[in-house]
Amino acid sequence: MVGETATFEEPRPTGIFRGQSRERDRVTTEPALVRYILTFAAIVFLVLFLLIPLVVVFAAAFEKGWQVYVAALKDHYTLSAIRLTLWTAAIVVPLNVVFGVAASWAIAKFRFVGKSILTTLIDLPFAVSPVVAGLIFVLMLGKNGYLGSWLEAHHLRIIFAVPGIVIVTIFVTFPFVARELIPLMQAQGTEEEEAAISLGAGGWKTFWRITLPNIKWGLLYGVILCNARAMGEFGAVSVVSGHIRGLTSTMPLQVENYYNEMNLSAAFAVSSLLAMLALVTLVLKRLAEWRFREELHDVEGEGEGRPAYEY
Amino acid sequence: MSIEVRHVSKHFGSFGALCDVSLKVETGELVALLGPSGSGKTTLLRIIAGLEVPDSGAGQIFLNDQDVTRRQAGARRVGFVFQHYALFRHMTVFENVAFGLRVIARKRRLPETGIREKVRALLQLVQLDWLADRYPAQLSGGQRQRIALARALAIEPQVLLLDEPFGSLDAKTRQELRRWLRRLHSELKVTSILVTHDQEEALEVASRVVLTNAGRIEQIGTPEEVFHHPANEFVMNFVGYVNIFHGRVEGNKAFLGPLEIEYSDDQDTGAARSARGLVRPYDLEIETRANGKKGFPATIGHIHVAGPQVRIDLTADSGETVHVDLSHERFRLLNLVVGQHVFVSPREINVYVDTQKA
Repeated sequence: MVGETATFEEPRPTGIFRGQSRERDRVTTEPALVRYILTFAAIVFLVLFLLIPLVVVFAAAFEKGWQVYVAALKDHYTLSAIRLTLWTAAIVVPLNVVFGVAASWAIAKFRFVGKSILTTLIDLPFAVSPVVAGLIFVLMLGKNGYLGSWLEAHHLRIIFAVPGIVIVTIFVTFPFVARELIPLMQAQGTEEEEAAISLGAGGWKTFWRITLPNIKWGLLYGVILCNARAMGEFGAVSVVSGHIRGLTSTMPLQVENYYNEMNLSAAFAVSSLLAMLALVTLVLKRLAEWRFREELHDVEGEGEGRPAYEY
Repeated sequence: MSIEVRHVSKHFGSFGALCDVSLKVETGELVALLGPSGSGKTTLLRIIAGLEVPDSGAGQIFLNDQDVTRRQAGARRVGFVFQHYALFRHMTVFENVAFGLRVIARKRRLPETGIREKVRALLQLVQLDWLADRYPAQLSGGQRQRIALARALAIEPQVLLLDEPFGSLDAKTRQELRRWLRRLHSELKVTSILVTHDQEEALEVASRVVLTNAGRIEQIGTPEEVFHHPANEFVMNFVGYVNIFHGRVEGNKAFLGPLEIEYSDDQDTGAARSARGLVRPYDLEIETRANGKKGFPATIGHIHVAGPQVRIDLTADSGETVHVDLSHERFRLLNLVVGQHVFVSPREINVYVDTQKA
């Protein structure tokens, strides 16, 4: 899902279903029957596994009518779960933006020892199962963990409390911004920054006036993905939160709480909110992607055969 | 504003990009750094600009007799023109040129109207004021390069450094810009260094040429000096075209490919030493008959008439490929045709001998 951005597919030849208008199509395309079967299979698959479940979520949420739906959302526990989710995202996303920009800046624009290790480490949260991520923090910060007694002595509660949720969410959503920015910044190179510096701009001005404007759509794209994950994360949060309703239940956890109580309409009502979040994310992602592609395209247009610079 | 480089060395890991380089450029000069890829010329330019730091303790940079080695790039007042223009892609042409004027500390900054006037004047100087509202992506390569130059000039630089400024342009634009830069320089008289790997460009534009090779300076001189009096084999080979005849020196004779000439130097120990003879294509003479000159027989392979001179490719009977430049007049007089068997003799040959034994 994340690697996608670097390998945008070519715009699909428009001629495929409108007769063989271009020479190239005749070489690359398959017989009509094969094409229709493949397309049909893809559509069936999409409907079965994506569209129907999405519709079911909304259908189930509204099964008992508007009043029940609204009441479920107005429920004290639901509201506190929404609030906690929004707070978590509001803390995590800016932190990961700062981290992501700093890390990709360092990786793309400087030569230093341990660069490849840092690049690999950034991907760690993708490689580790979220449950394991949660357990790591329980092990470190929990009551019997390495830092547990110290934290207890200072009356700091992290595990089974809001700070724990924030910390694991940071861990899980750590790579999103950096992953988007590293290839973009690498492609853009350092020449513009060097030009700004030689014209008398300091590091800070160079960053705000040159670097940031050049990456803004890529950054937004990363923020959207990071936000979606921060709000939707279940596994890692589940491990560290303790499911204390009204206190440490985020929206995904609250869905599970309602479901376990067989309160299905409430479970689906909260689910429908998460589903809507997903839809909004998709639309925003699409919009950002168009602009992001232009950013990347600008670079490619200029950079034909551009050497890193010759010694 | 003079530029002086004293004993500068620079390594990238174990690769020595510059080895103890010293150079002085006088006020108002336009000097070309000429050398093959990897010879260290761009690194030297970037060190002068402050974009790269010399190895610690290895070397000093002086601008106008002031030691600026430790000064930040932005504080050196150096106009740098990048090989790939490095225009700010999200800003209009106008804002690109204005950038250096806008980032100055507030108390030294011009008022907005002053900035506008100055940018207009610069855009007129590079004859592109009609493009002020465009974005870099909408410009041609030559236009981008001129905007990059205007942007560098905006900060009223003490010196102007150009890194392969015409490297990515087509041949015709390159020629035009070359002449234009020459004129601009004689108008502005700002001390400039131009990096290029194109010897034609260096010889045409610069008042002095610095030849670099493998991190060292091989020769500094006027275009005429480096062309007609190359200091060594590298310079002769790199500047202008040459025919190379491999061979050896033995006793007081040199045996170079099909040639055998008198040769003596004070290194002579009587033992054979490997050597090369370098001859410019226009220093080779073609005769239809061997008439006593020190020459060799060869067969004409190709005749290239479309040019200021006639270029003739020949294959010597001993196997070497040889290029000869003749004037059109002489060519008509000799009445040469492809496949003809002729005699080639050098008017002038530079012999370079290795110090070790063959």
